[in-house]
Amino acid sequence: MVYITRIEHFNAAHKLFNPNWSREKNEEVFGKCANENWHGHNFELYVTLKGEPNPDTGFVYDVKKLSIIVKEHVIDKLDHKNLNMDVDFMAGKLCSIENLVIGIWQQLAPHLPQEVQLHCLKLYETPRIFVEYYGEI
Amino acid sequence: MNNKVAVYRKEHFNAAHRLNNPLWDDATNQKVFGKCNNPHYHGHNYELIVKLTGEPNEATGYVYDLKLLSDLINENVIEKFDHKNLNEDTAEFKNVNPTAENIVIVIYTILRAKIDLKFNLQIRLYETERNFVEYPAN
Repeated sequence: MVYITRIEHFNAAHKLFNPNWSREKNEEVFGKCANENWHGHNFELYVTLKGEPNPDTGFVYDVKKLSIIVKEHVIDKLDHKNLNMDVDFMAGKLCSIENLVIGIWQQLAPHLPQEVQLHCLKLYETPRIFVEYYGEI
Repeated sequence: MNNKVAVYRKEHFNAAHRLNNPLWDDATNQKVFGKCNNPHYHGHNYELIVKLTGEPNEATGYVYDLKLLSDLINENVIEKFDHKNLNEDTAEFKNVNPTAENIVIVIYTILRAKIDLKFNLQIRLYETERNFVEYPAN
């Protein structure tokens, strides 16, 4: 079994804000991330597949094809966007990276060929803050 | 003998912005600035590198105490821009397009006023890992 990873990136604005709470409560919980006029990040997305190398190609899966699928179904929806306002699959959700990585998995998984096993998504919000998601285990 | 040494301090801030020229119509803005023109903004992790050049002080061995430089940058730059919308939340970019070029000039101007002129000052600003600017350009 081999794990193969493709890294993509996108730049986006967001805020952490629970609309059911007052502004004071939001600031207490989310601090400066609750700034109502947004802030933003350079996000890095690591997409890891697992499988046995194909005897004919030596590939688990062609990462160029993986890159095209990730770009079409994930990056194009997120890059240079406002995660709270512009992204259909985040509508009505809190835009934490925890929720974002789950949303990306749900967005991406149905578009991968059946022979491909999605193992892990790792999403960096800053060089020092990241989340990992392995799907529903 | 020239004993000048360059010292550097890195800091970072996360901010939203959009590129837009209010004198142009939407189509022209879209054509020139592309996806950076999104009216709902987008954002970056900005990395800031402040370079000071001078001679080491005889008593301390320092060109400039980097803790003091860090405090200076944080108080005058980072607190102003971190977790902010550059277009909406900052006086500096009310009427200036917040491109990396204009941001680096603004940061230089703020810091130049706070640092003794005997030190040469140069600022490098990364908007992404692969897009960065430097001011003044030598």
